[in-house]
Amino acid sequence: MTVTPVLVLLDHAPDGSLRPPVRELLTLARGVAGEAGVHGVWAGDEDLDAALPVLAAQGVSTVHRLVTAADVHLSAVLADGLEAALGASGASLLLLVSSFDNKEAAARLAVRTGAGVVTDADGLTVEDGAVVAHKTVLAGTWTTRCAVSAPSAIVTVKANAVPAQDAASPSSPQVVDLPVEVRAGSTRVRLVERTEHAASGRPDLGSANVVVVGGRGTEGDFTAVEELADVLGGAVGATRVATDEGWIGHDAQIGQTGVTVSPRLYVGAGVSGAVHHRGGMQASGTIVAVNSDPDAPIFEIADFGIVGDLFTVLPQAAAELRRLQG
Amino acid sequence: MRIVVCVKFVPDIQSDRQLGPDGRVVRDGGDGTLNELDENAVEAALALAEEHDGQVVVLTVGPDDAVDAVRKGLQMGADEAVHVLDDDIAGADAIGTATVLAAAVRRLSEDAPVDLVVTGMAGLDGLTSLLPTAIAELLDLPALPLASSLTVDPVAGTATVTRRLDHATETLTADLPVLVSVTDGINEPRYPNFKGIMAARKKPVTTWTLADLGVDPATVGAAGARTRVLEAAPRPPREDRVLVTDTGDAGARLAAWLVERKLV
Repeated sequence: MTVTPVLVLLDHAPDGSLRPPVRELLTLARGVAGEAGVHGVWAGDEDLDAALPVLAAQGVSTVHRLVTAADVHLSAVLADGLEAALGASGASLLLLVSSFDNKEAAARLAVRTGAGVVTDADGLTVEDGAVVAHKTVLAGTWTTRCAVSAPSAIVTVKANAVPAQDAASPSSPQVVDLPVEVRAGSTRVRLVERTEHAASGRPDLGSANVVVVGGRGTEGDFTAVEELADVLGGAVGATRVATDEGWIGHDAQIGQTGVTVSPRLYVGAGVSGAVHHRGGMQASGTIVAVNSDPDAPIFEIADFGIVGDLFTVLPQAAAELRRLQG
Repeated sequence: MRIVVCVKFVPDIQSDRQLGPDGRVVRDGGDGTLNELDENAVEAALALAEEHDGQVVVLTVGPDDAVDAVRKGLQMGADEAVHVLDDDIAGADAIGTATVLAAAVRRLSEDAPVDLVVTGMAGLDGLTSLLPTAIAELLDLPALPLASSLTVDPVAGTATVTRRLDHATETLTADLPVLVSVTDGINEPRYPNFKGIMAARKKPVTTWTLADLGVDPATVGAAGARTRVLEAAPRPPREDRVLVTDTGDAGARLAAWLVERKLV
């Protein structure tokens, strides 16, 4: 087993609330940290009071709060901060939520520290003293187990990798300010403008447990998709065609290069299942497809496929779910 | 303005892609292609070169067949091509590959300064998206990754990009030289035309080995890889699948199935 603490980057919203996948990462971290415990790193000026009860329930022993005048949203600055936190915590394993900006910081850290890095893991174990990351590759068609042979490891973990569970006994996390020495080169990128995306009132697409997706077959009418998503408490996604047509914002695009999702339940409505889309959702737990075209490729990977009209099937399913749920 | 575009030769995503017993992507299936996302990188570089009277060098690292990736870049309109070819690179992880590419860019800089290094956002085989930022770190360049728009001001000597992240949209700027990775939303890559295909036949492809670049084989390839695939297996086919044609009650059946499976 590892004898060093595991360090987790505590991704949070501008209001200081933790992003949902962070609890899953902390759960994974506890599983491999053993006695050495789990440390968190807090990047940003947001107040962490709102997050403390969650961190306590997760058994986090120490939170390293990065202190710097530089903008920690810039990945080079974040890498400086993470490097400092690795030093302060003595951790040899760093876990990050799999997001584009976190992967940028991970790449820099790997170059600097010689750590082995695995991205988009969906599981984590320690075998013969080495960190082993589990991941699905080639658009969800293969599963691999990948051991880190370097002395330290950086793993980015996909949302919904494991169910989040609280620790057996809560902790009283100690918050420690950590001054960051920002490298001269890290501030060469200048932020001109940053706009936070407005919250939709629905769960975040990238980390939702349930995702309902509309494709070409909606012909631009997402009413039935949204209704079913709301009954299921899920997020709404779309294919590239639907976003290119302007039926829904680009943030909703699921695909190999859009948002990659791996929810417990994926429902595709009027989605053909082109290869680029499958690359962004094929790792989902259960796949449901509704399409009027019996030859749509998505039926090849569906657990429950319905050849039918989404405008009939989805509202009927939503009504029946409301009835069953009372 | 001199622009280097890093491109990768990958198995076509429309083909039946496999992992070998060593856990590496099978790259000799005969249906390899220029990584689709790198077409956007080549296009972005060509557009800048046309606008600012620059030159474009396409650079790849990989086995024999990988030369096809840079040839496609030449057909699209790039001026020069470099292929780093060395058996000792086999089995490299993302950081190892970045190390080789960075050394090749350094070598190209000796002939004439490189103002921009452009890459795609990810390789459609490994999809780690680590490579662009790793190259920037190795070359000590500012990185502007995931650009959905890119402008260069040659007078001010700056590059500016817009990028869309999970929770925010950013505009970033940095002084040249700089590394930029581009998304597939930034442009529509041109198709090579007959003239381009004919012209590409006359353009040389320079081949370099690790020794030419002064890279120690122990630091890249399988020897330098910091991760090791223990096991790779095709995902088992989904079982107990239900496929129905709606005769009026499919929505209700779906609801019952979801409840039964405790998915709601």
